[in-house]
Amino acid sequence: MIRALGWVLRRDLLLAFRRRGDVVNALVFFVIVVSLFPLGVGPEASQLRNMAPGVLWVAALLACMLSLARLYAPDHQDGTLEQMLLAGEPLVVLVMGKVLAHWLMSGLPLVLIAPLLGLQFDLPGDALAVLCLSLLIGTPVLSLIGAVGAALTLGVRGSGVLVALLVLPLYVPVLIFGAGSVGAVATGTGAEAHLMLLGGFLALALVLAPWASAAALRIAME
Amino acid sequence: MSKKGRFSWYYFSSPQSFYPLAGTLQPWFAALAAVLCAVGLYISFFVAPTDAQQGESYRIIFIHVPAAWMSMFLYLVMGFWSGVGLVLNTRLSSMVATALAPTGALFTFIALWTGALWGKPTWGTWWVWDARLTSELILLFLYIGFMALQAAIDDQRRADKAGAVLALVGVINIPIIYFSVKWWSTLHQGASVSMTSAPTMAKTMLLGMLIMALGFWMYSIAATLARVRCVILERERHTDWVAAEIGGQT
Repeated sequence: MIRALGWVLRRDLLLAFRRRGDVVNALVFFVIVVSLFPLGVGPEASQLRNMAPGVLWVAALLACMLSLARLYAPDHQDGTLEQMLLAGEPLVVLVMGKVLAHWLMSGLPLVLIAPLLGLQFDLPGDALAVLCLSLLIGTPVLSLIGAVGAALTLGVRGSGVLVALLVLPLYVPVLIFGAGSVGAVATGTGAEAHLMLLGGFLALALVLAPWASAAALRIAME
Repeated sequence: MSKKGRFSWYYFSSPQSFYPLAGTLQPWFAALAAVLCAVGLYISFFVAPTDAQQGESYRIIFIHVPAAWMSMFLYLVMGFWSGVGLVLNTRLSSMVATALAPTGALFTFIALWTGALWGKPTWGTWWVWDARLTSELILLFLYIGFMALQAAIDDQRRADKAGAVLALVGVINIPIIYFSVKWWSTLHQGASVSMTSAPTMAKTMLLGMLIMALGFWMYSIAATLARVRCVILERERHTDWVAAEIGGQT
């Protein structure tokens, strides 16, 4: 099972590496969306500092959601997904590998570039650290929940908009506590409670989401 | 397909035998809904006393609160039938889930709309990012997502099952969303508006609200039965009995 996980992970990472443009595009999208906000609301530093956690988190949500289209659709088109369903390994493990690869390609880059964007919004050092930490815990949850939505909308017409409709309401708790943790540092109440809840979401999503995603894949492929 | 001596629930799990049953029950529930809503509205508007603090505007809660109850309850019912349909592979369960969604969305919308109408004179604003309002709004999004997903998939079996998975994911998420939103608004600004500290209700007010809630129950059942009959006819249109049914009516 571990070997199967490693195989899927290596394969997806290799494919993503061969088509670097997709990964870079999602990242650039994130940067552009975040950069648009100061242009829209004005450059006043105190206002930007208040907005920064929410803006960064919402942009991360959108960037993560956009890249969901690449999670299953290419494998569905070239028939690999069918072979995965037929394979002797449990589908949940294969799904887990794909989600992990998706997070490494779409979530992790956001975590790494977020401090830079936080600086543009005049966030202090401790808030930046918490922002990174909350994104590090929260973005895997986004990938996991997104995998359910991506599997449900596989091969459905208008799936791009549909996946947003399905997945974004489910992202709400992550958004609340992700952005809330940074806000809590700013107000001085400490971010531990928020981060622990995010960790709880991660644990729950880790158990349930691959299973639901695998079930949805079977429904989509039958 | 004859009825055996022993009553069997499975007999009515076939769309063909459920269709006439739904047709028989539906007018009764519709009539009950009409009577209960009429009585409830009469109590709400003419019998119940005027609220000391809120004046007449409080009367909208007779519609608002039962609608909010139904909106949440119907999602659970939808999740239940989705789960049954997914596990037992009974087509009728999925059809019921499909038929429940628009009614649930309707009640969610009514709850939000009447809440806004009530909030303007009472709180002085149409909308507050209060925990209840926000979670109700997200509930509406979940309903819309369910209906959009089912509408987008052409293959009926797949639409049923995909919708069922989504509904179940939503059922797990509803408490999480509710508590997140609750903690979110309490962590930040404290409970600025709370319904729990409202003065104890007069008996007639409670009575009116309960009768309205019952009326909404009956309406939901009647509407769902009517809708599920349409769904059955649409999906079973290739069968002989539907051809006979439609042929007999025209």
